[in-house]
This record gives sequence, structure tokens and C-alpha cells, in this order.
Amino acid sequence: MEGKGHVVNQAKSERLMNLVICLLVSRGYVPKSRIRQVVGGYGEQSDEAFERMFERDKEELRELGIPIETGSFDPFGDEEPGYRIQRQAFELPEINLEPDEAAVIGMAARVWQHASLAEATSRAVLKLRAAGVETDTSALAAIEPRVAVEEPAFWPLWEAVRDRRPVRFAYRKGPGAPATERHVQPWSVLSWHGRWYVVGYDLNREGPRLFRLSRIAGEVQPAGRAGSYQVPPPDEVRGAAGALAPPRQTASARVRVRRGAGYGLRRRATGTRVGPDGWDELSVPYADAGVLAEELAGYGADAVALEPDDVRKRVVERLRAVAGEDAA
Amino acid sequence: MSGRPSGAQQQVARLLSLLPYVLSHPNARLSEVAELFGVSERQILRDLNVLWFSGLPGLAMGDYIEVDMEAAEGEGIISVSNADYLSRPLRLGTDEALALVVALRTLAAMPGSYDRGAIDRAIAKLEQAAGSAAERAADVRVEVDGDAVADVAATVRRALDEKRRLHLSYWVPGRDETTERDVDPMRLALADGRLYLEGWCRRAEAERLFRLDRVAAISILDVAASVPPQARSRDLTAGIFQPSPDDELVTLALGPGGRWVAEYYPCESVSESPDGGLTVTLRVHDRRWLRRLVLRLGGGGRVLEPADLAAEVVADARAALDAYA
Repeated sequence: MEGKGHVVNQAKSERLMNLVICLLVSRGYVPKSRIRQVVGGYGEQSDEAFERMFERDKEELRELGIPIETGSFDPFGDEEPGYRIQRQAFELPEINLEPDEAAVIGMAARVWQHASLAEATSRAVLKLRAAGVETDTSALAAIEPRVAVEEPAFWPLWEAVRDRRPVRFAYRKGPGAPATERHVQPWSVLSWHGRWYVVGYDLNREGPRLFRLSRIAGEVQPAGRAGSYQVPPPDEVRGAAGALAPPRQTASARVRVRRGAGYGLRRRATGTRVGPDGWDELSVPYADAGVLAEELAGYGADAVALEPDDVRKRVVERLRAVAGEDAA
Repeated sequence: MSGRPSGAQQQVARLLSLLPYVLSHPNARLSEVAELFGVSERQILRDLNVLWFSGLPGLAMGDYIEVDMEAAEGEGIISVSNADYLSRPLRLGTDEALALVVALRTLAAMPGSYDRGAIDRAIAKLEQAAGSAAERAADVRVEVDGDAVADVAATVRRALDEKRRLHLSYWVPGRDETTERDVDPMRLALADGRLYLEGWCRRAEAERLFRLDRVAAISILDVAASVPPQARSRDLTAGIFQPSPDDELVTLALGPGGRWVAEYYPCESVSESPDGGLTVTLRVHDRRWLRRLVLRLGGGGRVLEPADLAAEVVADARAALDAYA
């Protein structure tokens, strides 16, 4: 029994530990026949069972990040190939952290609200603890940094970005819209206001694109070799993700706002003229007349667009549509 | 790692950290080690039992790792020796290094959290130790709206450190009201990429979350904070916006231009309509919020039910139009 709950095959864990130790302490490559002799659990197996078991053990240890190398010192290649673990590739190098550095690392371990990432950070912190780093975070209890990841597409895309592996997925342009298949080389995954996106090169549309993870329908499938593309320089990646950043506000509108209302406008107003009638006149910077009109319409009777005329007309149009009046 | 690690894999991964930990912490307490590793004491005893049967190749006398099982089982004290070849933990894996460095960068972008210098130094040392495993850290980013709220966050942080009461002018966008309140700070939180102050609001006599970009003014009062013992921090894992079943159920018809509402706000139900739009139902705590939403939609959405709410929105729009007459 293994893999389920807490019932772990003790013999297998012992065998794996002894295999690690054997390959780590040996001076050179250890031939397979020697491993079979000295690592408990292999000796009593048939040839075939041993081969299978050994292959699987090696694979499982490599999955843990243990660098098992294959090779031979024999220049003629006659000798049976062997295995070894080089200490410098195996061990965490010396890391000396000041108490404040160690404390923030302890806090960082609490950031991810995603099972695989939370486990990865916990494992990392345990390794650091084992290397003598004391991550006391008790002084930092009043800070609560949380990054949530709810989209199932996150993990396969994280792996794809990590491994530089193209992927394929079905994507909806909006909620409820039909899904179309996309073939993408992912460059970067990023979170903006709590929503996750992937930016990458869209092979169908032949250009960089930004995808929102919550709009990916179904599974993200690998669709190419790992390492089969290059990610462009950071500036270019940022540029492709630029749609997320608020656009530059180059225009300014004059808006009358009832006193005590419209804080959302007031906080970014570049000028305020206090009126005698309980209303103030604000200069409100904006990037897009339609977006500003939408915002102003939301304030109802508490905000009145004065100029430019374009914004004023759009606000009236929106309000008429809500009031059920035909546009004049 | 492909798929879930096997039980033996998980145990070996733990042992490769447990062993250097107990070697460098002689006579560590079983209970503390179990807590640190996030497993039961029984599991740590099983782990020690594996070590007890491990050692140098051949496993002759003197090759075994020495584990004092009696002390562990009897007194809860862990004593392990004769395993100097495993006195350092395994290097950081790619996912481990990435997850940690990205988390640290997120902290660095969160104003009022920690000393930037300490975070930057920690990142540099980790990247050094992780080597190529940390190379991809720049490819995963959590953007935090930090700069605009840096001053407010710094004030909150100071009030937390000095355990003093805060006075806030706080904008409630749903009602477009700026409210004045005294708040005893409990914590500074980052959730959904934004910063929040959680505190005991003296006005509401309850815990409240305040989004820092909606704080119009903030000052530290010359009063000690006094958070009542019944105050509980909200579990942020469930999300910031948690509709209550007591809230009014509203049905909206959204045109194609209003579909974003279904993605932006938690809806109880969403269905396609023949005109390319959606019909959604959502819980509404304050009607003023919904009226403002429908005004913003400008015909891209209308209230189907309740009927009196639909009439209120129409009246709002007509009142607003008076100013343009």
C-alpha cells in the first residue's frame, strides 16, 4: 500500500533513503549490480522485478529534485554504466539570513492560497529551517498578505511558463460566449486586482495576446516540446499585458457635483471650484469619453456633465436609455 | 512534478529536511518538530523509524543512522546521530524557489507590510542559493495597487504597531457617501490584489474591512486601540465579497454590453438570452448600489425583478435628466 493517506510502505521509504545515501557518499559512479547488492530491498528481487523497481525508484527521486546522474569513468565505455549524486548539486548551498530577512521569508510562506503553491513554499521554508534559518514571524502577526488562485487553468499554465512549453486551450471572449481553440506560447502569468491572466504568443492569430484564466473553458493541454520557444524581453511582455494598466488620462471634463457626493470623482479631480449653491465644479481627467460617461451616469442626479459636449451627450444618452426614453 | 507524489516520495522528501533539522537541533521536542513539519507526532515517529533502518551502503554494524527511539517514544525527545553525510537539506526545487520568490516580490509591492530592504536582501540571497531554479521568477507576477495607497498603508501600519485608534473618512461607493468613523485596527491585509484595513468599527460595533483606496482621510488618535475580545478576523480565503442569503434577490436582463456584470460580481444564476445577452440573479445588500450599477449600464442592463426596484431606477434616471433639460 502506498500513496493513500498515511499508510506508507516503510520498506520502500527505507530503500529510497538507502539509495540516496549510497549514491551520495560514493566517490564515483556506482554500477547497477553494486546497487543491487548493497541497497536493502533489491537483493531478493528477480532480475526483471529489480529492473522495474530500480527504474521507478530513480524516477521518483528525480521528481523530488534529487540530481541522479548516469555515467561511467571508463573512457572506452566498456564498463557497466553507473549512477551518482554530486553533493554540490544535491545540497542547499550555505545561506545566511539576518533575522529580518528570515522573518519576511516566513511571512512569504503564508501568501499563497493555492494548494500546490502553498505546499511548495512550505517545503522551501522547511529546507531553510533545516539549514538553520529561524523564521520567527510572531512579530509580524498583524499583516495578512493573501494571494488567491481559484482558476483551475493556473497550475498547467505555471508549468507551461516554467518549462517554456506551448499549450492549447478553449477560450471564451466573454462570459457565455462560444469557446474557440487557442494555441499559445505562454510568456508570463500575472494577477491584476485578484484576477489571473496569461500573456503569450497566439500562434493562430500570430501576435501577442492576453487571456483571462477564468475564461478558459476545459483543460489546458500541452501542445509542443518543452523549451521550444523563447520569451521576449520583459518590456515586450509588459507591453503585451499593457491592456490591464489603466489608460493615460489625457483629457479633462468639467463636472458639477453635489457637495458630499462623488468622492470617486473628487479624489482624482485636478481642480475644484466651490459653488455657493451646495454644488462644486470639478475638473476631472479622463482617458475615454464613453468610460467617463458611464461613471457619471452612475452618480445619477448628484453629478452633471458640463463639458466637453461629447461627454455630456453620452451621459444623456445613457440616462435616456435607462429612463426608457428614445434618444432625441 | 507530474501527478501527486507517492506516499514514500512525500516521506523521503520530508526525511531529507527532517534529518538535517534534528542533526542541527539536538534533543528537539517531538511535538515541536511535528508542528513545524505539519504532520502528527505519530508520523514523525514513523519517519524516525525509517531513518533507524537507513545508513551507509551495506548496512554493517556502525553504518546505521543512530536514532534513540526510546527517548522519542517515551520522553518525546529526538536524538539522531551518525548521519553527517545528510546534514544539509536538498537544494530548492524550481516550484519551491519560484513560489517563494514570487511571494516575496508580492510582499515588496505591499506598502506598510515589511521593510523593503529586508525583502530585497532576502530575495537576493534566495536567488543566489536557488541558482537556476529561481530564474523563472520574473515570469509570474502579482500586481498590487500599492503606490496610490502607500501613505494610508503606512499610517495603518503605525497605528497597528503603536496599538492606537484610527479615525477614517471612508467612502462607500455603493451609496456614494463618505462616512466618518473611529476604528481600532486589527490587521492590514492584502486580498484580491488590493489593500484592506480590518478593524473594529466603533460606529458599527463590529469588524469591518476598509479598502485603502477608498479612505479619503486618515489620522491616528491619541487613544489606545481596544479591540473587544469577541472580535474575529474574517476568513479571507472565501473572498472579500460575500453575499448574504438575507440580501434581496434581484434579476437583471443584461444586453451584450452588460455581460461583464456576470464576470465581475458573484451571481446566483446566469443564463443566455436570445438577444446575445444574459439573464442573471444576484444578491443585493443595498438597493442604492444596484440602482447606481443599472444607471452606469445605460440601457445595457435593466431590472426585471423586483418591479418596484425597476421603477426606482427609472425615476433615478429621470431625476438625473432634469439637470440636462
